Amino acid sequence: MSKEVKAWAATSPEKIEPSKITRRAPDDEDVAIDIKFAGICHSDIHTVRSEWENTEYPLVVGHEIAGVVSAVGKNVTKFKVGDRVGVGCMVNSCRKCDNCKEGEEQYCPNMVETYNAKDPKDGTITQGGYSQYVVVDQAFVLNIPQRLPLDKAAPLLCAGITVFSPLNHWKAGPGKRVGVIGLGGLGHVAVKIAKALEADVTVFSQTDSKKELALQFGADAYVATSDPKAFDKIGRKFDIILNTVSAKIPTEKYLSCLRRDGSLIQVGVPPEPIEIQPFSLLPQRNSIHGTLIGGIAETQKMLDLCAEKQIFPEIEVVPASYINEAYDRVVKSQVKFRFVIDASTI
Amino acid sequence: MSKQVKAWAATSPGKTEPITLTRRAPDDEDVAIDIKYAGICHSDIHTIRNEWRETTFPLVVGHEIAGVVSAVGKNVTKFKVGDRVGVGCMVNSCRQCQNCHDGEEQYCTSNLVLTYNSKDPKDGTITQGGYSQYIVVDQAFVLSVPESIPLDKAAPLMCAGITMYSPLNHWNAGPGKRVGIIGFGGLGHMGVKLANEPDAFTKLERKFDIIINTVSAEIPLDLYLSCLRRDGTLIQVGAPSDQLRISPHSLYIHRIGVHGSMIGGIAETQKMLDLCGEKLIFPEIETIPASYINEAYERVMKSQVQFRFVIDISTM
Repeated sequence: MSKEVKAWAATSPEKIEPSKITRRAPDDEDVAIDIKFAGICHSDIHTVRSEWENTEYPLVVGHEIAGVVSAVGKNVTKFKVGDRVGVGCMVNSCRKCDNCKEGEEQYCPNMVETYNAKDPKDGTITQGGYSQYVVVDQAFVLNIPQRLPLDKAAPLLCAGITVFSPLNHWKAGPGKRVGVIGLGGLGHVAVKIAKALEADVTVFSQTDSKKELALQFGADAYVATSDPKAFDKIGRKFDIILNTVSAKIPTEKYLSCLRRDGSLIQVGVPPEPIEIQPFSLLPQRNSIHGTLIGGIAETQKMLDLCAEKQIFPEIEVVPASYINEAYDRVVKSQVKFRFVIDASTI
Repeated sequence: MSKQVKAWAATSPGKTEPITLTRRAPDDEDVAIDIKYAGICHSDIHTIRNEWRETTFPLVVGHEIAGVVSAVGKNVTKFKVGDRVGVGCMVNSCRQCQNCHDGEEQYCTSNLVLTYNSKDPKDGTITQGGYSQYIVVDQAFVLSVPESIPLDKAAPLMCAGITMYSPLNHWNAGPGKRVGIIGFGGLGHMGVKLANEPDAFTKLERKFDIIINTVSAEIPLDLYLSCLRRDGTLIQVGAPSDQLRISPHSLYIHRIGVHGSMIGGIAETQKMLDLCGEKLIFPEIETIPASYINEAYERVMKSQVQFRFVIDISTM
């Protein structure tokens, strides 16, 4: 049965407000989920404010979804009613290309995003998690382990996997030195996960204001980059540097901190092109890479790691009525460190 | 015995002319080489025009050196008089850092000594390159040129050859891998021969594992990045003075990377020479007298050479 449910939708770039949406009837592969919590990701804001591609209004955003299974299609084997589950940034992909077959669905040319994408199942535009209920194909539903509270699990579905994937792919671990630029929604989770992977972690942030928190999260060192001499003493030390900020950074200075074959990995999505002198890549065969969320299997691995090591994001739970104000605070970096909407207030 | 020999030096930015050069007396580790051929590399031109960093004039450039051993120091075991040898872009390194230990001397973190325009730790002078009749180099930085490679054709391999070989080797170019090469000049044509995959890029689709950019001019980088498969990489080997501009979307969409790569280690250079000797892979060269150097530079700048100039040292 298709279902009409409450949601909060962007009706224009300026505003999110209460609304109703119709969710499709679950098919044989679908999992129907009662949403408990929905994290607010900066991508939601970019989309609502029409800063990226064409946004189809009205649109329900939200791709950090945590909830409980309320029904399953008859071919669903991985989940049953009552299971604690999550949904991240993707709800489908082609399943046939090399990327899909290799568990890297996020790189599928036909990957279907959780919101603002054309849903191949019914031809509608996908509507995200700021809602009471969602229906998702079992292949794109994650299991949330018991030891992970649902409100804390929500941000892991995007922020968590977005930083876990490069740390995993570039083999952060014992003996590896990881730099994290920015201590916000992505950055603070990166520090916690990198430490859980037993890497040595340094946080780069503009001023000393976040130093205490960085150290609390487990960082081994902290560099305040507004100090003009900040980079002088570092030397070629890092294997990976994750850039989580979406503002402009002194890219060449960070490249100069990389060991031979070290990489600067762009995690955030800055609006401007990255500009570098080619010479800054040559002397130690360094690179700049991009990365996009993570595959489903990898996301499950990340959730299991977080449950095992009790790694949680720092969250502020808010009622749905607070969304517009929360957006303003996210844009001003005034949240420690991720807002999570209590879906029962929707 | 130190030795005075003929050379061609840049005496001021842009101008190369005949001079006399003093080479140090070989020490116990040194190999003395009668140079037969010296390739002209675009780096030579950037240097004598002072386009990169502080060039100390007068300067003899040239880091694509092929010749014959004329004397060896008493600790030299790898070479003997009469051996056919080459010297590339480096003449020394610290030998102690991790990179040196790993055979990646070109990435030495404390003291990479370039073949020209670097401070030579052996005698404190500024290193002078291969546009000369004779040179003295530590045995650890001398390469053996296989018999099957003529010396004139070996010269460009010492820089162009290894510069292309190293990324192809490091990124495992081989059966099943698709390599794109941007630019079909001195570096590019060597890359094609080494990768053995002519005309690999006819349609713009995501098909390449690596794309090596050899051009020193600005190119539409994002377009090339869109041709890479997941985890593919664009490898910058040219050294343009312009910035690279990369849109973040081009990178995250398929976990793409943009890498730099610089020449290759000594062991790797020898491996490249042995491969070229075995498969008879030679650069396309135009041999010229020393008196033609300045004109050759002009033609390199206009990409009017197929594909590498090599100076016949006997004309000095």
